[in-house]
Amino acid sequence: MLNRQGRPTQSSAAATEQHATFTGNKALQQIEPLIFEIGHHETTGVDIDAPAPFKSRLGKHARKGEIGLPGLSEPETMRHYVRLSQKNYGIDTGLFPLGSCTMKHNARLNEKTARMPGFSDVHPLQPVSTVPGALEVMLELSHYLMTLTGMPAVALSPKAGAHGEACGMMAIKAAIAAKGEGATRTVVLVPESAHGTNPATAALIGFSVRSVPARDDGTVAVEDVKALLGPDIAAIMLTNPNTCGIFEPQIVEIAAAMHEAGAYFYCDGANFNAIVGKARPGDLGVDAMHINLHKTFSTPHGGGGPGAGPVVLSERLAPYAPVPFIHVEAGTPRLVENAADAPPGNVPFGRMTAFHGQMGMYVRALTYMLSHGADGMKQASEDAVLNANYIRAGLSDLMSLPFPDHPSMHEALFDDEWLKGTGVSTLDFAKAMIDEGYHPMTVYFPLVVHGAMLIEPTESESKASLDLFIATLRDLAMAAKGNDKERFTAAPHHAPIRRLDETRAARQPVLKWVKPAPVAEAAE
Amino acid sequence: MRYLPLTDTDREDMLARIGVPDVDALFSDVPAGKLLTAPLDLPRTKGELEVERIMARMAGRNVAASSVPFFVGAGAYKHHVPATVDHLIQRSEFLTSYTPYQPEIAQGTLQYLFEFQTQVAALTGMEVANASMYDGSTGTGEAVLMAHRVTKRRKAVLSGGLHPHYAEVVRTLSEMANDAVVSLPPDVSANEDILSQIDDETSCVVVQNPDVFGNLRDLTPIAAKAQAHGALLIAVFTEIVSLGAIVPPGAMGADIVVGEGQSIGNALNFGGPYVGLFAAKSKYIRQMPGRLCGETVDSTGQRGFVLTLSTREQHIRRDKATSNICTNSGLCVLAFTIHMTLLGQAGLSRLAEVNHANAVKLADMLAGVKGVTVLNASFFNEFTVKLGKPAAAVVEALAAKGILAGVPVSRLLPKAGLDDLLLVASTEINTDEDRAAFVAALAEVL
Repeated sequence: MLNRQGRPTQSSAAATEQHATFTGNKALQQIEPLIFEIGHHETTGVDIDAPAPFKSRLGKHARKGEIGLPGLSEPETMRHYVRLSQKNYGIDTGLFPLGSCTMKHNARLNEKTARMPGFSDVHPLQPVSTVPGALEVMLELSHYLMTLTGMPAVALSPKAGAHGEACGMMAIKAAIAAKGEGATRTVVLVPESAHGTNPATAALIGFSVRSVPARDDGTVAVEDVKALLGPDIAAIMLTNPNTCGIFEPQIVEIAAAMHEAGAYFYCDGANFNAIVGKARPGDLGVDAMHINLHKTFSTPHGGGGPGAGPVVLSERLAPYAPVPFIHVEAGTPRLVENAADAPPGNVPFGRMTAFHGQMGMYVRALTYMLSHGADGMKQASEDAVLNANYIRAGLSDLMSLPFPDHPSMHEALFDDEWLKGTGVSTLDFAKAMIDEGYHPMTVYFPLVVHGAMLIEPTESESKASLDLFIATLRDLAMAAKGNDKERFTAAPHHAPIRRLDETRAARQPVLKWVKPAPVAEAAE
Repeated sequence: MRYLPLTDTDREDMLARIGVPDVDALFSDVPAGKLLTAPLDLPRTKGELEVERIMARMAGRNVAASSVPFFVGAGAYKHHVPATVDHLIQRSEFLTSYTPYQPEIAQGTLQYLFEFQTQVAALTGMEVANASMYDGSTGTGEAVLMAHRVTKRRKAVLSGGLHPHYAEVVRTLSEMANDAVVSLPPDVSANEDILSQIDDETSCVVVQNPDVFGNLRDLTPIAAKAQAHGALLIAVFTEIVSLGAIVPPGAMGADIVVGEGQSIGNALNFGGPYVGLFAAKSKYIRQMPGRLCGETVDSTGQRGFVLTLSTREQHIRRDKATSNICTNSGLCVLAFTIHMTLLGQAGLSRLAEVNHANAVKLADMLAGVKGVTVLNASFFNEFTVKLGKPAAAVVEALAAKGILAGVPVSRLLPKAGLDDLLLVASTEINTDEDRAAFVAALAEVL
């Protein structure tokens, strides 16, 4: 009304068109070259004085010639990585419903405690007498993990979930060997819906893999397992809640069947966030289960790690736990680093890693546990499950559920039946979510569901956030059904980069920067 | 609870929308009697202040490296990390992102992985590098398995200079997979006869340089002999800073290079998280474990990066995959690559020079202490001294005097008859005062 300056109140037609910029940048979105294209071999962002002259003891081993690495000054470095960060989507950016990955809030208190010099600035091989607080963290974390899972032992050292799987399966292999059945029990049962790491782990340590068929309702049937059991079966690797987001209803019977057949039950604990404080794997007959501290206990995913994969073990497997571990004798903790020093009754199967595991992650996870408490952790699981089911309820009239007969746990699984005939694929739908400001859900996993879309909101989302997410997916779903194909097949339109040619990347692998050959000067 | 946004009203509204009476109705698949009714026997929610106090109390019971003269190494090293590194890795978009499955909104991660791969290849003198393993030790285990796939043989030969923890990781993995391992006895003086161990059944020879005792080794003859027998040379390092000063393994003919990257950008963290570096000749890329980032273009022709050659990996190949690894060391990679970018070759060379100079100074001073012998003919920033007394007791006595002196060999190799040997490391952090304090205290203790 009072726009006396003649200031335009809406964009002109021209302004809505794509304007090419001189730099190729789009305001906050900056094109950032590689460090090799902007740095120089003589540049460094670190000032270190040259040492006083001295007599080298490198002998004939001194490096000859240049390394071939550029450096950047500190301001250039800062700008390079800040610009790169702006091309990334994180949990702090928005809803990150990547199923099976539990992208929950990463509290900065956990970062603060992990950086206390008494934790971060401590060497794994300094005298044990100088690190009682480190052993205390490990014992306290162990106590929490054992209490939450109802299991009597835990091996802390595995570095991530798949490493934890290997640790648990090695303990099983050692236990089988101790019974003299190593030559016969060589087969591991793995459901078709399992994470790829399960069969890969079994194969890694010398087992062969036999598939357990998926039932139509997304669960594993005890009869199907029983039909496969025999003297050659070493174990089953079963995820619970499973990768379809369902709590396996026959898990207790499956565990009992395995034990009756002289075999073991490895549980993939990737989805533990659904049941903390609600159900304990130890009550279900589990022999070994890894816990992804970077999922359930919120240590940051960090662009793909580091993780941590402690493994809880049953009474039957505990003696085989790898070194190192802490043994408490008369109230005094002792760090056992070598099998030869193991207390009587312990026969460690070996060692998973140098040193003692992911201390930095133990501190973060323990900080999470102390902050939440028993009540907060239980509430977190309930909220995670509630949020997933709320999303499911908000979308199930438009998108198809492969397994409508079971409630979802902490993740809601849809298939692509509802997209049939639209010309829009699960991948297209995911890419269109990017334009709407969301990280896509997990797609095409589990493999047993066609065009799977696995949505895990976690407990970190507010109701308002979920409502907007549901509304957005509903709008997208109606657009997909309403022939607005271009919104999907060419998506993302608004990301820092358009859809990438992955086939080209695999056919002609370019895995490092190579200095371009000088362009020959054009003849005059 | 401060981390949970839902209110009780929200919860009620949501349950109503779902159409269930209470949240336990959503847990109806939990078998009868297995749903917990009572709270677990653990403390209740705590405020931030209280949690911080509890954690600080535990942290305060440990002796931090920076608070004392510090000479502990043996596979993990105390270096100065520029403040820029820790600031940048805590940016939300790095810290709270995940494996870049959706490349259009993960170019930040993908570009630094590509830069990291290029840096690691240059440092090691190899053609290709992957996007990281958990750490040097697990990477070494993976390297042996990779060699088995390449050569279709199942026998590894481990040098007696390999870090005992690394050797144990390889032996554990090999025993489980029924693969053969020949472990040579501890090789304090780098004079083992490893060449005679190589035959036509050997898949790989695993040699560390600088070795765990600090010696520098010429890998060239080992590479030549291994390759003449159709085997691979796996070169291992635990101190990446050394590559600023010594001949890189690629220049000595290594087929696979694997090692620990903690020294650059990463804190000691009592042993983890660290970052495994893994490089190889490019003809072996399809047998490599772990993520690989590759360059490509988007639909408008703009350069971009994606994870590639994933048909090697567990999520596609399942039990036929080259490894079961999924999550690796993303954020530790970022710390490494930022620190390495700050250094550049000029800074790394200088850093390596200072490390070596400090170690030489210390070695010369220790050699002057009665009863102490420095055993190494050559070394970088770590060496072995013979004390004439059990090193473990000496280290404890020095710790009581406020000096963290090094790693007794007996801690890594118990019952090997090497109880009087001590591994001593010196990096750029050590001052003349540190060295003087160490030498004076050692003279008192011995």
